[in-house]
Order: sequence, then structure tokens, then C-alpha cells
Amino acid sequence: MNAQKIAKIAVNDPTWVRYTLTGLTLLVISLFLILPLVTIFFEAFAKGWEGYTNELTEYNNTAAVKLTLLVALICVPLTTVFGIASAWAIARFEFPGKSLLTTLIDLPFSVSPVTAGLIFVLLFGAQGWFGEWLQANNIKIIFAVPGIVLATLFITCPFVARELIPLMQEMGNEEEEAALSLGANGWTMFWRVTLPNIKWGLLYGVVLCNARAMGEFGAVSVVSGHIQGITNTLPLHVENTYNEYNAVGAFAAASLLTVLAIVTLVLKSFLEWQQQRDRASLTLPSS
Amino acid sequence: MSIILNNISKHFGNFTALDNINLEIAEGELVALLGPSGCGKTTLLRIIAGLERADSGQVLLKGEDKTHKDVRERGVGFVFQHYALFRHMTVFENIAFGLRVKPRKQRPNETEIRKKVHALLELVQLDWLHDRYPDQLSGGQRQRIALARALAVEPEVLLLDEPFGALDASVRKDLRQWLRHLHENLNVTSIFVTHDQEEAMEVASRVVVFNHGVIEQQGTPSDIYDNPANEFVSRFIGDTNIIALEQHNTEWLQLSGLVINPQAANTVHVRPHDLEITKSNGDSAASATLKDWQHLGALIRIELAKKGVNGSPEIIYAEMPNEQFKRLQLDKGDKVDLHIRHAHWFHAA
Repeated sequence: MNAQKIAKIAVNDPTWVRYTLTGLTLLVISLFLILPLVTIFFEAFAKGWEGYTNELTEYNNTAAVKLTLLVALICVPLTTVFGIASAWAIARFEFPGKSLLTTLIDLPFSVSPVTAGLIFVLLFGAQGWFGEWLQANNIKIIFAVPGIVLATLFITCPFVARELIPLMQEMGNEEEEAALSLGANGWTMFWRVTLPNIKWGLLYGVVLCNARAMGEFGAVSVVSGHIQGITNTLPLHVENTYNEYNAVGAFAAASLLTVLAIVTLVLKSFLEWQQQRDRASLTLPSS
Repeated sequence: MSIILNNISKHFGNFTALDNINLEIAEGELVALLGPSGCGKTTLLRIIAGLERADSGQVLLKGEDKTHKDVRERGVGFVFQHYALFRHMTVFENIAFGLRVKPRKQRPNETEIRKKVHALLELVQLDWLHDRYPDQLSGGQRQRIALARALAVEPEVLLLDEPFGALDASVRKDLRQWLRHLHENLNVTSIFVTHDQEEAMEVASRVVVFNHGVIEQQGTPSDIYDNPANEFVSRFIGDTNIIALEQHNTEWLQLSGLVINPQAANTVHVRPHDLEITKSNGDSAASATLKDWQHLGALIRIELAKKGVNGSPEIIYAEMPNEQFKRLQLDKGDKVDLHIRHAHWFHAA
């Protein structure tokens, strides 16, 4: 059935069906999406603009924001490099264990974040495999920033790779071979041919990865230790302040994450639109 | 010699793509590698370019051993079947790419690049498209831009992989002529791969016929057409009637003028235009029934039914000019006598 036909059938539905379905959708969206969103800002501004900015500039909150940004700043570039490297390997080379690698990349998606955090506690915690050695050498991983970075890396590492693998497979490597045959070296080929072709997919993966890196709760919660002002990321700070019955503080912090979510959503839609345009040019008739 | 290939072999797993290939190509030649798909011709082209490594053997370009040289150090221009134009660059930038990525010392300045790119665009007669993107071009235009891009780095050897494969029939015809003229002007040693025998015969000065990873025959187009070296070549190049040399066939072949020692061959190939027909009165062993005919432009293709093994009819084709066929005044169902003007016979496996 083609799109035109489907549209026609939809138009032919009785009016009451159309209104009921549309109404139901709107109701669900406003109840479960809009209303909570409004509540966040409503609660955050419960003590007015001043109360809101006071909470935002409060030491523990700014420390949480800084830590969250630091973690994202470390994790996103690493995940991006890993994503490009693994997508390149999978899309361009044949090697034994390739399908196993493809499956393994998806592992963090299927493991519960709490379990992921626990893995690192078992490895690097005081009672963990490397615990004694780490203590002897005075290296802190668990309940410190390195643990948070590791847990976040584990959670976010598939985002860019998953986006790029199908894209690069579909694209093939003829353009890259053409660049080499014209005298380009590997580096020039990557910057001038490969990267421009995958840029929208890459940015898409980076945006999603960033959102997750900043928003991750479960895995980070296990390894962080919730030390106010030191190992609390923004999501952890939201929980902490809420548990301390500081609703305005909790919702003010949550409002930051909400703004991040909205920005991510807008960027995501824009990038999807750009990718679709690129795909359309890929499938143009050949003559 | 511009290109010399010594004992090139290539395997993909258990599959032998190329089996001990030896080939020499002279300066300025335009050679076609012709064969059915999967015969190894594209693999050989990619090995010459350095896009693929041979398992064993040597690649010499202009007398220099380039077997272990990277594609970018070989001085070859490669034109891909699906053009492989850089889709995010304009036509101008596509052609300029090879000049812009040269090491700083050899890199021409912007004015020189501009001049050169426009000269190449003139050469392929597409200067007016210089600021378009590849997706705004037709297939034929893309192919010509891909060629201009490959020529920009002044390659010593030009390699084209199925250059007309993805084009419409009419565009393909024009481009073939155009490529041949371009080669006459530039005189750069060129190899192109094709599975279309007509294309190979029309464009190339020499044709190399491949099958199952080995060279079956090489020579000028007329060489290969007139003196096929074996059954495969004869079958692959041009149309032919294939007649098994059995008892009942020997008789009519003899009557129609062909005498073959049965020990020397077991199959006979007769090209349709080497089969002459005349109106028959009697019913001899060398006669057949006219079933139907088709117009092929200047020629008529005539479908003849001949009594074959255990009485079932065997279809044989003859071809002759329109005028000649009219003069014979034949109709469907008429009996005709067959005369073989020329034939090839082989020992088929």
C-alpha cells in the first residue's frame, strides 16, 4: 500500500474516530509529558526568580554542574574516537570475530546501569580485585571522579558506533578508494572525504551520547558515593536535595537537565532532517 | 612496455579469482578486459591499480616494479563503475582534489589549479557544470567528470572499471565513441573492464578475454572474432550456432559443405551470417524448415528448424541482409537448403 492510499483511507475515517484518536493522543502527551515538564519549572520557581537563582548558584549545585560537565567533556570525545574507530573496523575490514565485536558493542545497552556500576565496584572497590593494589599506590577510583568517568564511559560507548556502523556500511568505500587513487594519504582521505560524508550521523551520535553522559544516574550512583560538592553529578544532586526536603533546589537542578533534554531534542530533529537530505541525494537516479 | 604483469595469482578463500596471469600492454594502447561476471577481470584491474594485493606475481608499470607500492604511489587514474564522485564537493572541487592533496612542494598554486580544472572540464565538454554537485548530474555527466578527475593527476595509466555499466543504452553508445576519440587525443595507456563484448570490440584496440581467472585469448577485435582460440571465446564473442558433432549431424554438415574429421572435434560453431540458405525442392539431409524471421535493422535473422536427434526439431539461426532475403521470396514453412560458408570446430570438454 502506498502513502497516498493510506492517507486517503485515514481521511475517509468518520469524524468522531479522528477526533477521538487525536484527543486521546493529546491527552496522554499532556498528562505524561507536558504536565511533568511544567511542574518542574513551577516547583523550581516556587520561591520566585531569586529563590531559583539562589539554588542554582549554591555551592553544591555549581559543583555538581562542574562535575557533570567535566565527565561529559572526558567521555564524549573518547566515545567519539572509539565510535569512529570501531565503525571503521566493522564497516571496512573482514576479520575473525567481527560479528562478536558488533554484538559486544551493544552490551552496555542490554546491561542494567546498576549492574554496570557494580562491575566497577567489584573491580576497583576496597574489597575488589584491584582494591588492595590501588590502595597501596594511593589511587582512588571508586567514590571518586575516575570511577564516575569509567561508569559513564561504559554506558555511553555504543552511542556513536551504533550510529556510524550502518551509515558507513551503506556508503561503501569507493569514494575513499578514489581519494587514495588520486594521491591522498590516509589522514587527508579521512578529513576530506570520510568525515564530511558521515558528519551528520556522527553529530547525531555525539548529541545522544552527551545527553546520556550528563543524565546517567544508575551506574554513576553506584560508584559515586554521593559526596555532596565532590562526587555528585547533576542527576545525583537532584536526588540528594530532594531527599533533604529541598524541593526548590531539587527542581532547580532538574530544570537544568530539562533544558539539556529540550536542546538535545531540537538538535536531534535537526540532525535527523539533515541526514534524510543526505540519504535522498544518495539514492538519486543514476542517469 | 607500459604495463607488464608476471604470474599474477589471487585467491579469495577457496575461490581462485586469478590464476597465473601474464599480460603485457604497450604504451598508448587501449585494451579491454572482457569476460563474464566473476571471471576475475575487475580483480586484475584493482591489482594493477594497487587497490588490491595479488597473492603472488609482479606488477611493472613503465618498467618499474610497483608490486609493493601503495595505490597513491603508482601513478594510475582509476574510474569507478559507480563514479565514486565526492558527493559533498562541487564538480570543480572533485576534479581539483588530486591537485590539492599533492605534497606542498609539488602542489600547483590556485591559479594553476583553476586553469587546469577548467581545461579538463573543456576536454570533457562540461565546463558549464563546474559549480554543480554530483547529485545534480546525469549518469553520463558523472562518468565524464569522474574521468576528468582521474586525468587531473596526469596518470601514466588510466584504468576504467565497467565505465558504461550503469548507463542507459543510448548514453552508453555515445560515450563509447567519445572515449575512443578521447584516447586518440590523449594517447594515455588505458585498460577498461567490461562484460559487454560489443563494447569491447567497438572501443578497444586489443581485447583480452577472461574466464575463470585465466586469459582465454587476446588479440585485435577482428582476430578474436574471426579466429576464436577455443569454444568459450567463440561462444562468448558474437552469436553462433552450436552444433554437436554426432552421427546424424555429420551427414548434413557434409552435404552443406563442411567436412570434419570426427576425431578432430566434437562441436561445430557456425556464425549466423556464415550460414547461407536457398530455396529447396527436395527433402535432403541438409534441408530445414523456415519457422520465422525478425528484423534486426539492416539484417534479417531467420529461424530454421532442422530435424535433430530422435526427430525433435533443432533451431538454427541464419542472418542475411534485408535485400537478399527479399529476393529469395521465402515464406513461413518453406523448405530451404543450408550451405555453410565458414565454421569453427573445437574439442569441448
